[in-house]
Amino acid sequence: MKRWKLVSLLMVFVLTILAACGQETGSGESSEGNTSDGGGEAVTRHAIVFKSTGNPFGEKLMEGFENAIEEVEGEAILRAPEQPTVEGQIQIIEELISQQVASITIAANDYDGLEPVLKKAINKGIKVISVDSAVNGDSRMVHVNQADPEAIGRIQIQATSEMIGGKGQIAVLSATSQASNQNLWIEWMKKELEKPEYDKMELVEVAYGDDLRDKSVSETEALLQSYPDLKAIIAPTTVGIAAASKVITDKGLQGEVVVTGLGLPSEMAEYIENGVSPWMYLWNPIDLGYLAGRTADALVEEQITGAEGDTFEAGDLGSYEVVKTEDGTEVLLGDPFEFNKDNIDEWKDVY
Amino acid sequence: MSTRIVSNIQKFTWKRFFLQWEWMLIALLVIIFTINSNISPYFLNYTSITDATMTFLDKAFIVFPMVMIMIMREIDISVGSTAALSSIVMATLYNAGVPMVIAIVACLLVGALCGFFNGYLLVKYRELSAVIVTLSTMILYRGIAYMILEDRSAGDFPDWFSYFGWGYVGGIPFILCLFVVLAIGFVLLLQKTTIGRRIYAVGSNPKASRFSGVKVDKIKLLVFTLAGLMAAITAIFLTSRMGSTRPNVANMYELDVIAMVALGGISTVGGKGKMLGAVLAVFVIGYLQFGLGLINIPAQMLLIVIGILLIVSVTVTNFRVTRKAPQRKAKKNQAKKVS
Amino acid sequence: MSEMMKSINLAKLGKFREFGLLGFIVLLSIVIQLLNPAFLSPGNLTDLIKNTAILSILALGMMLVLITRGIDLSIGATLALSGMIAALTVRAYPDLHPLLAILIGIVVGVVCGAVLGLLVSKVGILPIIASLGLMNAFRGMTYWVSGREWVSAYQMSDSFKHIATSSILGINTLVFIAIIIFIFFNYFVNNTVTGRQIYALGSNPDSAKISGINSDRIYMLVYTLMGGLSGLAGVLWVSKFASAQGNTGSGYELTVIAACILGGVSINGGVGKVTGVLLGAVLLGVLDNGLPLINVSPFWQMGIEGAIILIAVLFNTIVKKTVERNNLLRRVI
Repeated sequence: MKRWKLVSLLMVFVLTILAACGQETGSGESSEGNTSDGGGEAVTRHAIVFKSTGNPFGEKLMEGFENAIEEVEGEAILRAPEQPTVEGQIQIIEELISQQVASITIAANDYDGLEPVLKKAINKGIKVISVDSAVNGDSRMVHVNQADPEAIGRIQIQATSEMIGGKGQIAVLSATSQASNQNLWIEWMKKELEKPEYDKMELVEVAYGDDLRDKSVSETEALLQSYPDLKAIIAPTTVGIAAASKVITDKGLQGEVVVTGLGLPSEMAEYIENGVSPWMYLWNPIDLGYLAGRTADALVEEQITGAEGDTFEAGDLGSYEVVKTEDGTEVLLGDPFEFNKDNIDEWKDVY
Repeated sequence: MSTRIVSNIQKFTWKRFFLQWEWMLIALLVIIFTINSNISPYFLNYTSITDATMTFLDKAFIVFPMVMIMIMREIDISVGSTAALSSIVMATLYNAGVPMVIAIVACLLVGALCGFFNGYLLVKYRELSAVIVTLSTMILYRGIAYMILEDRSAGDFPDWFSYFGWGYVGGIPFILCLFVVLAIGFVLLLQKTTIGRRIYAVGSNPKASRFSGVKVDKIKLLVFTLAGLMAAITAIFLTSRMGSTRPNVANMYELDVIAMVALGGISTVGGKGKMLGAVLAVFVIGYLQFGLGLINIPAQMLLIVIGILLIVSVTVTNFRVTRKAPQRKAKKNQAKKVS
Repeated sequence: MSEMMKSINLAKLGKFREFGLLGFIVLLSIVIQLLNPAFLSPGNLTDLIKNTAILSILALGMMLVLITRGIDLSIGATLALSGMIAALTVRAYPDLHPLLAILIGIVVGVVCGAVLGLLVSKVGILPIIASLGLMNAFRGMTYWVSGREWVSAYQMSDSFKHIATSSILGINTLVFIAIIIFIFFNYFVNNTVTGRQIYALGSNPDSAKISGINSDRIYMLVYTLMGGLSGLAGVLWVSKFASAQGNTGSGYELTVIAACILGGVSINGGVGKVTGVLLGAVLLGVLDNGLPLINVSPFWQMGIEGAIILIAVLFNTIVKKTVERNNLLRRVI
């Protein structure tokens, strides 16, 4: 009998947890329910799915998305799997399809792997757009691009050349070998390097730090050991650029090896201030999320269809046009923003 | 000795029948369904409930052999990597011009081979534990997958291949149909056949069953090969759902599977637990996740809920086991004296 | 009597095994050195030792857990949680003394470890399942306390970041702490009653209980110690990389377990030496440091690592078998 008491006690415990969770998010839902009862028309719900949870870039992106959706008086649903996997995103998208959301905005963990589930969503009448890292043209209506990959790739080489006087060995420290964004940018870096003015610059290695601190650090250390004459490290990823800068700082190599690339200002503030990285680039994730939210709204309100030549007003950001790319169409946010000693202070607390 | 273990199964009484863990899981399932349909208006309809199974059943195929493995006091943490490797081999062969059907067969073969290799190492070097062997092969198999495909993804499968992950048989998802059929098969295999009884015997007392003529090695080989084979089936469904594949798919699946098996009431301390429990646990975790997903609970809350659910439920199972423990210990001592 | 014989054999075996492992490391180092002469330079060796310090601290704790036939999969999450809480505290109170920050991390780790210890000893849940559940819970809590944000370098005080870069008696602090813990463990497991009881409990739980060892106390001790070390490692990690993330150390538990296994700790309990574990950690450190140096394709690194671990495990087993057979032969004579 004693055992049954314990069992029931534990059951109550589990139930309380479940109920608590239910209530927590349920309360948000109920307000939506009220409006739909009163107004006779349900609030339009827009969902965004980021790569993984607990990523500051993603949190800010979702913040911008939420701002945009609130402006158009919709409801934003913010989701992200715990690990950056395709499987996790498929599961979340299925859940969103069941909830009959109006639109799904996705920052994809894989270019092709979400195609079947996104096609299912499109077939159910849900508008699908991708943001930050794209899905293939068949499984989206439009992609909201932070900046042209070609510009991102080329500008990093141009900056590096300026920093090291156009001469010397350089290396790239990327995220995982599977990251489609990074791979594309690195392709454009290589193309830019073919120009005659970079004859004296040599790309010696592309290393992968897997976006892990410890691996990025040991890869950076290996680069420094293998190439004693290394002049610059380009890291087009936040964890990589911060880890590389930390290694350079600790080894006291300021000025001898420069670091640049793409990184969050908050993570890089320390190293831009101490001069390890003279400047680096990124776009504003809040603006990017905002633009994605506005695009989603424009699609749902049928102002655009995602076809080439469509134009729409994106609130504070002004007017945007849908343009054609190699695979599908996209909306381009703008050029990457340069962060340097003069402006890092105002941005480091923002994102 | 083995006959004595078999006779360990107690006589039927109604009280004992209702005290089984499986009822607890059914109750849990009912509760989850009730809560889910209250908190989300989108849960309680046929499409949602059936489509939900498509999202969590792919890894559930590995649950069957994992139950057997854990009853035998072993574990296999290489299954996620095995799934990744078989998926990669299938996609690479197809892209190289091999007909899809043959590629699928190759996928199953690779999976079975990976499992067999684990089993072979365990049988050949008895003093190695399964954790060590499968931990090493976990890294090795995924490493091979990376060697084959590097940073590329492979896909462009024929249209009919998407049927595995997305198709329906008369309104019921194909994956659910296959899962139910296999579940019945595995329940019968474990609960009704000699092989099943021997698996329990090995789990209750590996040494005694070896001495009493149970071919422990053969059973181990069989069960680990099955684990590889089921991982390959998981790979087929997963690949079909994604329409393409990469070396990093099915990451950490082993931990999800072990959680399901543990919730199913299988305790690795000595041949206890039923296949049915694990099958129910698959649905408990699956629908819990799906329901919480429908109300858009943040990922970190989901982690905490599942972690606590696992611990609480295992605590309950454990109290059942420890109550019977003195009895078993007495038997064990007896066995020691005999040997 | 036979128990005594066994322990003598094991002692011999342990020594032999460590030489095998040491030989393996030396061989590997020579190969890497031939391919890239930068490997054995003082600068690179310093990097290698610094990067291995945290791993070896954790591996020593895991050794005790494994010796009691347990396992702890939650350490990666514990490491993240305690590192995150320490970093959040430092962000809020920049003047906090670094020692206090370390203390906070250790306390959080100890609490996490004690919860696991309670579940294993009092409630009697299998360690693998209890720690799997807690792994999820702790990881979720890490995201929750941090509000899913990171703590960045500029938000940490210089004194806190100096924990990892400063040196004591000319030795880097990380390495110094690892050495202190190594010496402590060496003394603890070999010279104290409790230390010996851990081995006794692991090699035969039933007879250990009969001989009056309080098994619950030992389980509590090893898991709490593991938790405390994870907490310490968490603070050191955050200080070393000057950043605290929610997903810090995800999957690191498997690396730690691999280091123990390579070092000759048996998952079946009762076997494992401090020096062996240290060598195991060093082997992994050499692989992590050396593979990027020899220009092996990044896509091959994982496969090579897996193959080397498997070979080392099999090598150990075959050596053990041979030694045992020789001992048996000797006994017959």
